[in-house]
Amino acid sequence: SGLGMFSTIICGFLSPLVVKRLPEHVQVDDPAVVKRLAKKLERQQIPLRSDYGYKVSLFSHLHQYSRKAPLTQLLSIPSTVIHPSIVRLGLQYSQGIVAGSNARSVALLHAFKQVIRDYTTPPNEELSRDLVNKLKPYISFLNQCRPLSASMGNAIKYIKKEISNIPSQCKEEEAKTKLLKCIDRYIEEKIVLAAKAISKYAIEKISDGDVILVYGCSSLVNHILCEAFEKSRKFRVIVVDSRPRLEGREALRRLVQRGISCTYVLISALSYILPEVSKVFLGAHALLANGYVMSRVGTSQIALVARTFNVPVLVCCETYKFCERVQTDSFVSNELDDPDDLMVTRKGKTQLENWQDVSSLGLLNLVYDVTPPDFVDLVITDLGMIPCTSVPVVLRVKNLDQ
Amino acid sequence: MTEIVRNTSRKKDFLVEYFRTQMRTDPDMASAVAAIRTLLEFLRRDKGETILGLRESLKWATDCLTEVDSSVAVSSGGELFLRFISLTSLEHQDLSRCKKVMEERGELFLEKISLSRTKVAKLCHTFIKDGAKILTHSSSRVVLRVLEKAAAEKKRFTVYVTESQPDTAGKQMADALRRLNVPVTVVLDAAVGYVLEKVDLVIVGAEGVVESGGIINKIGTYQMAVCSKAHNKPFYVVAESFKFVRLYPLNQQDVPDRFKYKADTLRTVSDLSDEHPMIDYTPPSLITLLFTDLGVLTPSAVSDELIKLYL
Repeated sequence: SGLGMFSTIICGFLSPLVVKRLPEHVQVDDPAVVKRLAKKLERQQIPLRSDYGYKVSLFSHLHQYSRKAPLTQLLSIPSTVIHPSIVRLGLQYSQGIVAGSNARSVALLHAFKQVIRDYTTPPNEELSRDLVNKLKPYISFLNQCRPLSASMGNAIKYIKKEISNIPSQCKEEEAKTKLLKCIDRYIEEKIVLAAKAISKYAIEKISDGDVILVYGCSSLVNHILCEAFEKSRKFRVIVVDSRPRLEGREALRRLVQRGISCTYVLISALSYILPEVSKVFLGAHALLANGYVMSRVGTSQIALVARTFNVPVLVCCETYKFCERVQTDSFVSNELDDPDDLMVTRKGKTQLENWQDVSSLGLLNLVYDVTPPDFVDLVITDLGMIPCTSVPVVLRVKNLDQ
Repeated sequence: MTEIVRNTSRKKDFLVEYFRTQMRTDPDMASAVAAIRTLLEFLRRDKGETILGLRESLKWATDCLTEVDSSVAVSSGGELFLRFISLTSLEHQDLSRCKKVMEERGELFLEKISLSRTKVAKLCHTFIKDGAKILTHSSSRVVLRVLEKAAAEKKRFTVYVTESQPDTAGKQMADALRRLNVPVTVVLDAAVGYVLEKVDLVIVGAEGVVESGGIINKIGTYQMAVCSKAHNKPFYVVAESFKFVRLYPLNQQDVPDRFKYKADTLRTVSDLSDEHPMIDYTPPSLITLLFTDLGVLTPSAVSDELIKLYL
């Protein structure tokens, strides 16, 4: 495909020895890549999930799956290759039961803990090498159920590093306890304590009388608002929501339960409601190395309109979601959700029911978009408050720590 | 108990008196440098028994000085001083040895920052071309040093200075420049937009440089920055590195009250809504370059330097 050729030309120019391959999940329109993937999955004994429905041409290089055909239907029972907790996790991901960057990472780490508990080293094998090889098919399986998020990718990198650092003299029980402790510590430090640190900084930015706008359901932003409410800050919240996920309803439920006064609007009413707003708090799925913020689709729209109204935009993100990728648009690497979600039933009639029959009609259900750093005023991380352009500095400091 | 109270009030009086003397003897010295000199003297005279007690009393001393002179630079200078002297590994068993190491590092810090204005002037004067027309705001000793250096390099330039109400500090700047034989015109604060089509570049000082790369400076700076952006004129800021402060204002309202008003006003007036703030915040999007003793920085690089200084 054009994309693949372009990347190899660039890499060939920069360093003739190292050719970096594009990840296969953005090259779905290239039959050679798909064949390679099919062979790899066959080797790992994982079924290949087939795409569903007509894809809009601009996004034909991405996978598009249907929720009605989960990967687990093609698995034999009991599955000998994949650990049952991983099968359950994959199903939870593909059906949308576990959603949200932090929730997915924590669920992944808990599933890996169960895998490690049930693992026994086969004879003549070393734990540090064999366990990593055991995890590879699980990761491919989860990738087929739903593409991995940046935070999950970082968590997996961490676990693989910890496993390969186990010394060979270490006894199996000891190694397993050590790994379980490492995972617990990772969750505690990078997610739980990071949320506390971020709340501490964020609360300084919330003053009495503020009107705060939030979008969708970010676990971190909800945590911050609940903490601020506990510390008796007087503010009210405007929750902006969008179809088809309608995640804002969950955020609304959580905030109202605490007693915070909330307003609920759909994203089409954004420019109507923005003159009332004093600050915008957004969550992030990942922060890219060039300062772009990757988040739920609709976030860049909110940031753009807020900038036009001169309302400060604050992004809250833990450092474990920072990734070394660079992206300037939302096309190259994204996720396509089930197009059937866009069908809506009102008064007994389902619009778009037979959309597959119309040959020129495509339904596009994007999941993520990227926001440029010019629209973001401040990023609150567990290391402190930084401008959006300082993400590479944090990555550099983190690499030095490791 | 009263003994302790008397002791602290005596220490406070000594601090304030020493600080005021420093400011009086050398009017050219930055208030942050005077504060650091005072802190160093305080360190020498401190009779604390523990390192932790020493740090606590230094923090307390910095707070006292901030009450006297509420500028951003004093608090940032104090904090940086504390970090610089305690960044060494204080492994010596003997407290007096540790104190000596801290004092030596304190002197080193003081020496470094006394040279910072010269470094800034050396970097900045090359940006002033022959025949340039410069606009500046209020009275800044760093900008004065830059212009002195440019004049010493035999460059010909003219300067427009805003009068800068309410204390008309611009007139002092104009007098100082006349003494250097630089042609200078004092303009009203309201005439900034009018004069900007004639000028080539704008240079201002800063009271504090914040984490986002923006600056806190005398009121009227933000206006000047917005106008220069509209006219597409470069807006340069000159500041020493001890003015870098760990603050991140989102807008004008977000700057803490303790920096906005003079120390006397904060002490005497109960309702601040009648008082007019003395400083404003200029966001980084309006600033072209910052000249510091750490080098010539873009506003986004300030955060990088701050992380290096503070972490």
